[in-house]
Amino acid sequence: MSRSTVLVDADWVEAHIDDPDVALVEVDEDTTAYHKGHIRGALKLHWKDDLQDPVRRDFVNQQQFQELLSSRGIRNNNTVVLYGGNNNWFAAYAYWYFKLYGHENVVLLDGGRKKWELDSRELTDEVTLRKPMQYTAQAPNLSIRAFRDEVVDAIGSKNLVDVRSPDEYAGRLLAPAHLPQESAQRGGHVPTAANIPWSKAANDDGTFKLDEELKKLYADAGVDFSRATIAYCRIGERSAHTWFVLHELLDQPNVKNYDGSWTEYGSLVGVPVAIGDEPGEAAR
Amino acid sequence: MSCGAPADHTLTDVNVLGQTIIQGTVVHENEPVGGAYVRLLDRTGEFTAEVPTGATGEFRFFATPGDWTLRTLAPRLSPVDATVSASAGRVIEVSITV
Repeated sequence: MSRSTVLVDADWVEAHIDDPDVALVEVDEDTTAYHKGHIRGALKLHWKDDLQDPVRRDFVNQQQFQELLSSRGIRNNNTVVLYGGNNNWFAAYAYWYFKLYGHENVVLLDGGRKKWELDSRELTDEVTLRKPMQYTAQAPNLSIRAFRDEVVDAIGSKNLVDVRSPDEYAGRLLAPAHLPQESAQRGGHVPTAANIPWSKAANDDGTFKLDEELKKLYADAGVDFSRATIAYCRIGERSAHTWFVLHELLDQPNVKNYDGSWTEYGSLVGVPVAIGDEPGEAAR
Repeated sequence: MSCGAPADHTLTDVNVLGQTIIQGTVVHENEPVGGAYVRLLDRTGEFTAEVPTGATGEFRFFATPGDWTLRTLAPRLSPVDATVSASAGRVIEVSITV
């Protein structure tokens, strides 16, 4: 992987809007955003209704993902271009799903919806429909997904990267500041986790920083590139953004996203928690 | 629990008791600026959150007591920073002219 194979810019998208081999997909945190206007030809995926299991706390399984993409008319050989609001948080989250279920060609629109809007590019409210197709999803690639026990075991042995804002990391806020403050049972972070907010990897316009800047960012914050890394946030979408940076842009081989993230970890009984601005010790 | 951003910024859909809220509008030449973005930066200048403005230029954050900076991003207009002090359990109203 490298930047040129996982990112496209707005000019590329405009040039491929009518390309039948390209499936443009918008995924937003604000799920009404698509209906106010989207890039012509874009399908919508709802991060919760489409991508989460309706009953259990988990995301859609292989069969559900396969049915979802089949119904939306996405083909296995399409180049899927994902974009969304909030600096591509949920688009990166969906990107991680596509990779988890083995989709070969998937890219992010650098800067997402925000840069598109700030550049005053065209949006339409015409809903896109594609003819249903038979899509085949692969078995989940769990080498990019971390579960809770693995996170506890990683304390003191792997890089743990907490990508939330400093106030969430310290336990002063329980959720991002544009949301009501309701969340896990406890505030704080996994002991030894470095706080490297996802936002440090992005420019103000939502585009990703340069590879050299990104390498320096993580190295300076204590990430040892010779070790495995687990990224987490509150519900796993901001950490998908950081997973994308580490695994896709910087080519780090062993990086997992912990999608249970703080809403799970911060409600577990008996696990170690650190509060305040320091990472804390690995004492067991 | 709602994980999605509110579709609008009216306070009727959210229990605001005990919440520390910074909200307001972005205006340009006395007109509201919809489709802009407002970033919330903490006391060290670190990014904390970002929201798009609604059709009437409104935005809202749930913060903690203390000093914050609001930064606007709007098409064809230069970014503007505004500083605010939030206090516990109160709604702070801010109008930012860009």
